[in-house]
Amino acid sequence: MDDNLVFRALADPTRRLLLDLLFERDARSLSDLESHVEMTRIGVMKHLRLLEAAGLVVTRRFGREKRHYLNPVPIRLIHDRWIDKYTERRVAALVNLKKTLETTK
Amino acid sequence: MTDARPEEIQIYRVYINATPEAIWEALTSPDWTVRYGYAPLVEYELRAGGAFRAYANEGMKELGCPDVISDGEVIEADPPHRLVQTWRMTMTPELAAEGFTTLTCEIVPVRGGVSRLTVTHDVSNAPLWAFVTRGDGESAGAGGGWNEILSGLKTLLETGVPLAFQSGPQ
Repeated sequence: MDDNLVFRALADPTRRLLLDLLFERDARSLSDLESHVEMTRIGVMKHLRLLEAAGLVVTRRFGREKRHYLNPVPIRLIHDRWIDKYTERRVAALVNLKKTLETTK
Repeated sequence: MTDARPEEIQIYRVYINATPEAIWEALTSPDWTVRYGYAPLVEYELRAGGAFRAYANEGMKELGCPDVISDGEVIEADPPHRLVQTWRMTMTPELAAEGFTTLTCEIVPVRGGVSRLTVTHDVSNAPLWAFVTRGDGESAGAGGGWNEILSGLKTLLETGVPLAFQSGPQ
């Protein structure tokens, strides 16, 4: 899956709100999601399609109803590949600073 | 699939640059499972009705884990595409008391050598286990759940090297 699609999906406030709604409670229907967003049904569907294309939302049908699930794995992948790398370095820098300060006391 | 209510399942999906066969092997063979996520040693009888067990690695035992950290029964094994099993966590008495959950792993080749792995975990009546698999207990030391497992699996299969940080004591 393309990281660009994930970053682009996360760059929009409505899409972040939809993800927050699913984080708070998973398995929501379109009507449920729609009721929390000031937008037409078509608009919400468009955002959900983008989230699905980025792999952040996975849908499953139960009878006639489609339910939406948050898939946080793509965000975790970005975290594990990018963010950790920098936090580790920052932590290491702080540890070094602490050591330096303690030994030069 | 299971008869669970929509609210009682968790769905996770990851695209991996690997064949379905390689992903299947990485999910079901202990040589692979000790190298990502919580790093247990799994033992599967890959047929309907077959037994499943996961054993603690040396690091877990040092932390006081029991030998068998989870067990279950294979419901359906269709290598390398579909594995359905029951799954109970026996690591602590509280988790063991929640009983069996149902796990479905589906592997589909997409294109260009990429495969899609979808994990559907029916955690009906297992709120504590659901909390752990969602990764909600990560800051409390319970690891990142499915997110971490699947991220580690992807990195290992694509690079041949395990993630630097993972929950399973090595």
